[in-house]
This record gives sequence, structure tokens and C-alpha cells, in this order.
Amino acid sequence: MCSVFSTSMNNRSSAPVIEVENLTCGYRDKVILQEVTFAVQSREILFVIGASGCGKSTLLRCLIGLLKPLQGEVAYSGRNFTGADITQRREILKTFGVIYQSNALWSSMTVAENIALPLEEHTSLSRTDRNEIVALKLGEVGLAGSEELYPSELSGGMRKRAALARALALDPDIVFFDEPSEGLDPITSREMDRLILQVRDTLGTTMVIVSHQLSSIFRLADRVIMLDQSVKGIIADGDPTELASHSPNPHVRNFLSRDERPAGLTNRSAARNAEAASR
Amino acid sequence: MMANQPPPRPRPGSASATAVFEAGISDHNCVVKVGGSWQLAAPVPSWNRLFEKRAGFSVEVVPDHLEIWDTSLLLFLVRGRAWCTAAKRTFTTKALPENLQTLLGQVPENGLQTAETSGARMNVAGRIDAWARSLAGKARNNISFLGECVIGFGQALRRPGSLRWMDCLVEMQHCWATSLPIVSLVSFLVGVILAFQAAVQLQQFGAAIFVADLVGLSVVREMGPMMSAVIVAGGTGAGFAAQLGNMKVGEEIDALETLGISSVNFLALPRLLAVTLMMPVLASYANVLGVLGGMFISATMLDIPGSAYWIETQESVAPMDVAGGLIKSLFFGSLIGLTGCLRGMKCDRSAAGVGTATSSAVVTGILLIVASDAVFALIFNVLGI
Repeated sequence: MCSVFSTSMNNRSSAPVIEVENLTCGYRDKVILQEVTFAVQSREILFVIGASGCGKSTLLRCLIGLLKPLQGEVAYSGRNFTGADITQRREILKTFGVIYQSNALWSSMTVAENIALPLEEHTSLSRTDRNEIVALKLGEVGLAGSEELYPSELSGGMRKRAALARALALDPDIVFFDEPSEGLDPITSREMDRLILQVRDTLGTTMVIVSHQLSSIFRLADRVIMLDQSVKGIIADGDPTELASHSPNPHVRNFLSRDERPAGLTNRSAARNAEAASR
Repeated sequence: MMANQPPPRPRPGSASATAVFEAGISDHNCVVKVGGSWQLAAPVPSWNRLFEKRAGFSVEVVPDHLEIWDTSLLLFLVRGRAWCTAAKRTFTTKALPENLQTLLGQVPENGLQTAETSGARMNVAGRIDAWARSLAGKARNNISFLGECVIGFGQALRRPGSLRWMDCLVEMQHCWATSLPIVSLVSFLVGVILAFQAAVQLQQFGAAIFVADLVGLSVVREMGPMMSAVIVAGGTGAGFAAQLGNMKVGEEIDALETLGISSVNFLALPRLLAVTLMMPVLASYANVLGVLGGMFISATMLDIPGSAYWIETQESVAPMDVAGGLIKSLFFGSLIGLTGCLRGMKCDRSAAGVGTATSSAVVTGILLIVASDAVFALIFNVLGI
């Protein structure tokens, strides 16, 4: 069982919670990412961005242990994950939660059963305790009272929240989030962003988020790393606002540019105003 | 952007839970000190010990060498506060970490409403009502699907070009290819078993040649069509349900409907027609293999030459027996096609839904085959076939 909080200031240290060193990953002989190195600090919200096919999902799968790296190392709170034996691996797996792009809620189980399963498997809590923790977690993500619903009965936003509640069931140190705003309307998407911030601020969870959503990136990210297919690695690492305006790489500035109109096209209302002014 | 909150920090390693709390009780006030390590790995401590002792106090919770904590401590506080709220006592947590208080503030003061405590679960009457409604809904679905199939079939008869014949041929080929090896083996063995059982009895009366009559009639009238239908229900019928169920989950069926294409005409009718046309072919094949199985046992165990066995079979089995079996197999085929396509197209939009649809297609298919076989036996008896 991982623990989330320490009120003792003496225990504080600046050691990163995730350390990725010279990580090379890919499929069979095809290398997607080569010798990638970065670290994530505690309580940091890190966005992994990049064009389609740059290796974001591959990196995420390597980090959470679904894909064995071709080379290199991933460590969580100083504990080597890639070289861990089965027991150590199980212990480390309990320290992070993952929210998949498709939410991956178990469709044959109710929302409550989805959240209770990690608690049943990894703790010795009584049924009453488990039920109350499920209610607590659902309350934290704004889904109180949805215990008996099945995933197929939930809306897209509710499914994301339920997946977040399941990922938070064991109070993990880190949450990996694959496309949190995928398929959500702007209001629900903003609500999801607010929830992510709330979870980080109240539970102290470190977040690693793979997303393309610029609005979310600028709202949430403490730091972004941008991957690129041509260099098979990181081409930018830093504060998103800083990178958007001052990155030496024009591709990075273009990617993070908030003006989403293709060059050469003008805003219709601006064009109408200009026409009216000329008359 | 990092918030200036109190500094919670994940602690590496798995420290053991050593949650402690002690209460200093005076006449009006109770100070509860929480300390140590509070983790979900261990059971959440109970307030009962404290509440049973004294009820006339207000409760103040303060940290005392509180090391690490998680939802375990939050749940402990939620329960204590709920009791105090119910007993109209004050419950103070101001000295606790700020983020813990924020989390506590998100929970209603009267405690947590789980599915069990909120009465969200239905009572027996409610469950029966829900079950009856769902049954009625399913019956409506089945009837409407059957109606759509009949209408679609009528349209196909009027305009044969509108049916997707290529899909139908592909399904026929698929049905034939997947069923043939199993039908071969099972039919031959059924012939062998029938002949073997009959031989043991008939030999005692010197009537071994009548093994051919028994095997011939049993296989042609019942076992051939029935066994091949059961095999096709388990293979092709289940395949239809799984394939169409996955298409439903992937919104492929919705895509057809929104394009103005009838999913029943496009998907169900070619499959239904394919399996209905293939069943008599497979049943005929099963008949031949079954008779060969009987012939094999007669030749090896009873020393009856193959030619004698064949002549006896020809004499005992009338063309109407064969025709009756094939008519039944035609009907079995349409039942398999209907249940497979119906279950697939009406399945829930989930992985579990596809699984349920598939098994339900097989179970319903076999049930309908056996039930309709009994009805056919009755009808044939009345007609003297």
C-alpha cells in the first residue's frame, strides 16, 4: 500500500517521483523513442505532447509497464521499475493509477464494484469500510450516488470521473492520464481540468497527462515535454507559456500557438468589421 | 501553477500502518489525538470504544505525531463527525492539515450514503417489477425483429437484386467450412453408437440385420438434422451473435441506420438465408455419415456385408423420412439464424453484453431446436409421415 501524505516536514525531500533514464522503446526492431531522459517532481502536473505518431502512447505504455523498454530504466521514488522482480513490481504498481483513453471501466461490474476491486485485492478492509471508501471516492470526483450504475449507463464525462475514482482508489502517488478531454464537450472538459487540479491540491497526487488539448495544457500544466518523431525523443521541456513564446524551435511554438486558424485565413467577424469600416 | 498547499509528499516504500488515537475526556470536552501512520492497508480504527464510554461531550481532533495518512484517516474522521452530527455534538478538526480539512469539507456532515445505506438497492417487489418489465421489453424486441425480418424477406422476394447475395454466399461458405469437420465426426460417431447399442440387443434375437433399420430411421429422421443443427448453433449461431454484437458496440450498426440502410436487410437477412439454406445440405451429409457409422459397426462386429446393410437401409427408410428430416433442418437453420442475429443486434453496448449475447444465442438456439423437434414429431405423427 502506498501512502499519500506526510505531515512531517522532516520527511520532505526533493527526489523526483518518476525518473526516466536513457529509455529506448518501440516494437520489435522499430525504435519509436531513443534514449529519452526526464524526471517528474512530486505534485507536478506534467503534460506529454507531440504530433500523432511521435511516441506519446508508447512512452506511456513503457512508464506503466505494459511495454518492456528495449533499453533504459524507469524508477518510481528511487525504486527501479523496469528491473523489478514480481513482488517489487506489484508493490510499485500500487503506487500509481492509470486512466485510459477509453476509460477501460469493467463493463460487467457496477461503478462501485469497479472502484472496490483494487481495494478488495490489495487491502484487508471490511466490506463496510470498502463501501464507504467507494462513496468517498465517488464524492471526490462528483459522482456521489452512482454506485449501482453500470458503465454503459454513464455519460462520457461521468465515465472519465468514474475511471479517475477507480485510479484513486488506493490513494496512489501518481496518476497517468491518457487524453482526459477526449470526446468531452468544452464545459465538461473544463470541469475535468478543475477536478484534476483539485485532486492534485487536496490529495497531493503527481499527474502525468498525455493530451493535445491546448486549453487544458495552459490551464493545468506545470511543465510540458514535447516528443518528436524525427529525433525520436524530446524536443522541448519546460513551462508551456514560456515555450509557446520563447522556444527556439519554431515547430514547438507553432504546436503551442493558441491561434488555431490556418495561416492566411481571417476571422469572419474581423473581416466583416474591416469591411464595415472601409465603407 | 503549483498550489501553495501544505506539503503532502508521497513516501517511498510501504510503511506499515500504525494508526493510533487516544482520547482525553473531561466533562464537556473530548480531545482526540490522532497520530502514527494511517494507511488503507490496515482496518480503519473504530470510534465505538470512545462513543460507548461517554456521550456528553464535544469532540476536537488534533494531530499528535501524525506521520503519514491517506483515505483511512479521512474515513475515520467522516464517521466521527457523522456520529457527532447525529448526537448534536460539536466536532472540530481545525488543528488538522488544511488539505485534510478540505477533503473532509467535501463529504456531507451526516456521513456517507453507500448503496446499502441509501436504500438505492431495490426490494423484492421492485426487482420482480424490473424483471417483468425487462422481459416484456425483450419480448417486444424479439417480435419487432421477427417482423423486420419478414418484411425484409418480402422485399427481397419482390426485388431479389436488393439482397446482398455475395455476403450470403460468403456466410454459406463460412458456415460449411466451420461446421463440416465437427459434423463429420459427430455424425459418424452417432451412427456408430446407435449401431453398437442396437447390435447388443438385437443379436440376442438373431435380428442383427435390423440394426440397419434402426440406425437408418433414427439418423435420417432425428439424429442427422438435430446433431448438425446443434453444431451449427454452437458455431455459426454464436459467431453471428458475437460479430453483430461487436458491430453494435462499435456503433457500426448505428452507422448503417443513419445512412438509411436497414441493418436487418444488410446484416441479418444474408446470414439468415445462408444458414437456412446450408442446414439441409449439412443434414444430408450428416445422414450419410451416420449410416456409414452404422455400416462400419455392422461390418466389423456383426459380419453383415456393406451391400446387405445398404439394401436393408433402402428398404426401411422411405423418401418421406428423408424429406421430413430435411424440412426440419430447414426450419432449424432459420431458428439458428434468427437467434444469432437477434441476440447480436440487440446486445448491450459492452464487452459483457457481447459475451451474454453469444452464450444466449447458443442456449436459445439449442432450446428452440429441441422444442421445435418435439412439435415436428407430433405433427409428423398426426400426418402419418
